[in-house]
Amino acid sequence: MTPGATSGPASGQPEAGHPEPPRQGSQPEPGCDVPLLRLRGVSKSYGAVQANRGVDLTVMPGSIHAILGENGAGKSTLMKMIYGVEAPDAGQIEWNGAPVALTSPSEAGRLGIGMVFQHFSLFDTLTVLENVALVVPGSPRRLAARIATLGRDYGLQVDATEYVGALSVGERQRVEILRCLMQDPRLLILDEPTAVLPPQMVTRLFSTLRVLRDRGVSILFISHKLDEIRELCDAATVLRDGQVTGHADPRDTDTRSLTRMMIGRDLPPALPAEPGGAEGAVQLQLSQLDWTNPDPYAPDLRGIDLKLRGHEIVGIAGISGNGQSELCALISGETRLPTRAAGAIALRGQSVGAMGAAGRRALGLAYVPEERLGHGAVPEMTLWQNALLTAQSRGLTRRGMVDRRAALRFAQDCIAGFDVRTAGPEAEAGSLSGGNLQKFVVGREIMLAPSVLLVEQPTWGVDVAAAAEIRRRLIEMRNAGCAILVISEELDELFEICDRLHVLHDGRLSPSLVTARTTPEEVGEWMIGAGRPDAAPAGKGGGTGPARPGSSGTNADRPDTARPDSARPAPSHPDRSDPAAEGPGAGAASEGSDHAV
Amino acid sequence: MSPLEFILAGTLAAATPLMLAALGELVVERSGVLNLGVEGMMALGAAVAFIVAYQTGGHGLAFVAGAGAGMAAALVFAVPVLGFRANQVAAGLALGILAGGLSAMVGRPYESLTIRSLPKLDIPVLSDLPYVGGVLTQDIAVWATLAMAVAMAWVFRSTRLGWRIRAVGENPHAARAIGTPVLRLRLACIAFGGALAGMGGAYAATVYTPLWADGMIAGRGWIAVALVVFGTWRTGRVALGAILFGALSIGELVVQATGVRIPSQALAALPYVATIIVLAVISSNRMLTRRHSVASLGEPFDP
Ligand SMILES: Nc1ncnc2c1ncn2[C@@H]1O[C@H](COP(=O)(O)OP(=O)(O)OP(=O)(O)O)[C@@H](O)[C@H]1O
Ligand SMILES: [Mg+2]
Repeated sequence: MTPGATSGPASGQPEAGHPEPPRQGSQPEPGCDVPLLRLRGVSKSYGAVQANRGVDLTVMPGSIHAILGENGAGKSTLMKMIYGVEAPDAGQIEWNGAPVALTSPSEAGRLGIGMVFQHFSLFDTLTVLENVALVVPGSPRRLAARIATLGRDYGLQVDATEYVGALSVGERQRVEILRCLMQDPRLLILDEPTAVLPPQMVTRLFSTLRVLRDRGVSILFISHKLDEIRELCDAATVLRDGQVTGHADPRDTDTRSLTRMMIGRDLPPALPAEPGGAEGAVQLQLSQLDWTNPDPYAPDLRGIDLKLRGHEIVGIAGISGNGQSELCALISGETRLPTRAAGAIALRGQSVGAMGAAGRRALGLAYVPEERLGHGAVPEMTLWQNALLTAQSRGLTRRGMVDRRAALRFAQDCIAGFDVRTAGPEAEAGSLSGGNLQKFVVGREIMLAPSVLLVEQPTWGVDVAAAAEIRRRLIEMRNAGCAILVISEELDELFEICDRLHVLHDGRLSPSLVTARTTPEEVGEWMIGAGRPDAAPAGKGGGTGPARPGSSGTNADRPDTARPDSARPAPSHPDRSDPAAEGPGAGAASEGSDHAV
Repeated sequence: MSPLEFILAGTLAAATPLMLAALGELVVERSGVLNLGVEGMMALGAAVAFIVAYQTGGHGLAFVAGAGAGMAAALVFAVPVLGFRANQVAAGLALGILAGGLSAMVGRPYESLTIRSLPKLDIPVLSDLPYVGGVLTQDIAVWATLAMAVAMAWVFRSTRLGWRIRAVGENPHAARAIGTPVLRLRLACIAFGGALAGMGGAYAATVYTPLWADGMIAGRGWIAVALVVFGTWRTGRVALGAILFGALSIGELVVQATGVRIPSQALAALPYVATIIVLAVISSNRMLTRRHSVASLGEPFDP
């Protein structure tokens, strides 16, 4: 057995019907030649869908191994089999050279396998500490201390006493990663761990992962962000349609060839996000929006001013947990303001602060929440039933009765229009791969042809090709006059599609920054609260964590921090704030926007 | 003894069978399983406990037998529900009817026989106080039940076992994904719930009214189920609801004895209505309720 070679020339594979995959490069790691994990001919199908067929995979000790593939290629399924959540239909798994039967996750845990799930296994009704304690031994007090110190060391700060149900997706991601790291695994499976982390945290996470690798931990890493993979991983296996289609050393393969291995063709060039030119009417306006959070540990919203016009895409950047979920709930109508404050939110000229979500949708608002499974879609319901949930007013009901044929047609159009890989409109939402469900939920809202579209994390877990497609559709909608508000932690994405940006930090919104005239560094400073003239002092755990109210001394607000953005600033007058107070780690926002295309 | 003293002294004993059954059902529901057979399990536990107490004269043994009978009935429910993912509502109703019928059958030779109750424990000095004394003079089973409620609240709040049960109740798939043996844990919860229901029956038939009569559980099992729901799955509120119901049902007797002219049907309905209203009002905080409700309740789990 040569070091790093991947299962030799297909010797004795149970499934020999598919061509021997082309191979580009092999894994390094001289010195140890027994792979930590080895899969031979592993197959798995769900009914008619073959999620994996004859997959071979070799993971060497101390290697960071990427699994690449489009949405629905079978990456998550493969990882679930390694972790014992799903049982393979055929094939063999070897651990340290010996065959093992991984019948349950506890079995895998005993071997030293830890997994971060794409759709987290956290429990809303338990606190962070309790969620951690479910899998990590030790007294609660000791665990709380470890959560605090490791969180600081790894840049994954979370409040151990908070209920998970009150956390944003990004914060949950941190909990899920932290909990996994606390188990000291020998093989760490990370299924899209960076999809909702801001750049600073990704950088910190990567250095943590490198330290773990140097200690001999092997890592299986799934991501759709090819730059990340090239930066971090030393081996890659590409899946397409459940089959291995290639291996690569991502350190010396460019993103273009990686993309081609994944989707079998080149990516079409991105649509230039040139501003549409036309200046639309104000569609959504927040004026001095204040909201006191009933949850004492989550941020309050203070003095939020925002104007969103037709023909523009405005982005809200910021580390999740700084009020994004609260803001979305207020705009979508899931949280209502008391009647006397209803004027703080105006939708198409009407003050809607006290109106419910259905009323606002009737006025032309559409909303894509960040949590696709459970909030954006009901996992147990079929796709057409899920389509019905928000599109019922679009001719899917007749005299109060469901028009099943129309709903099926709507779902079918969405599936076709957004390239959702699934068995059809009768498939349960929960059976879709993460990225495909995301495409469906985004597509459903786009198909409503709203006048105002609120989107959280539009391309969470979506592969490069599909993400480019979603961005293209958003720009198309903008050009057609729609007003779009995008809330995302992905700076690259915001810079690519937005005309203007705001940054949300600690429940306050930065002034409007014109995308063409700002930089990721500047936005990064606002994200950690350093862009504001009265910036919080240094020493807040490296400055990457969300500040909790009361923990920062940001009460003496200067009037200009909440200045309403006076329509679009003229080009001659760059609306840049003075980054006077250099916060810690301020420039860590993102290393340019060298995107995966 | 003034009517108020009478009510105070009788409340805890009246509440105990309910509290036992409701605490048991609470554990079952917290793990995500809805067992509607509580009434039947209580009846079976009552009949078996009465027979054992009658034959041996020992209350301890009677309680063990009642718990065993309730647990056995619960396991009959667990097999189709956990093993074959049967509908929990249907299986629970079937269990209730089955166990109720069985209790009538085994108890027939003992119909209307009576036995000795458990002695009330005197606490020096305190037991002689007016009002308070009556409350504090209770039999050992009452104290044990209250201790159980406190212990259970602690388990759910502060122990890994409690967190694990809550996790399984919220999302069994995620719980399995982090290595929790979902079905085994649910089985244990169902068995424990059955045992407590059986003990509740045992208390009713051997201590509270030490006699056996068919139908003597008289809807207490259903009240227990309702208490769990209206107490929003929180131990303290469920226990409080049981005590409130106990007080009102004693109060109803007192009022009837004084001969006021309220239709007796309205009086009999009072404990049910009032308990539910009180629990509904104190549980009206939606955020807290969501935090304590059981998301996967009643759904079969297919690993
Ligand atoms: N529980 C299930 N029932 C039915 N089909 C399923 C189930 N889970 C996955 N599939 C199907 O298996 C295929 C592979 O899914 P998988 O989740 O492994 O994709 P993935 O590579 O992780 O995609 P993504 O990048 O979108 O997360 C998909 O076609 C999906 O629809
Ligand atoms: Mg996946």
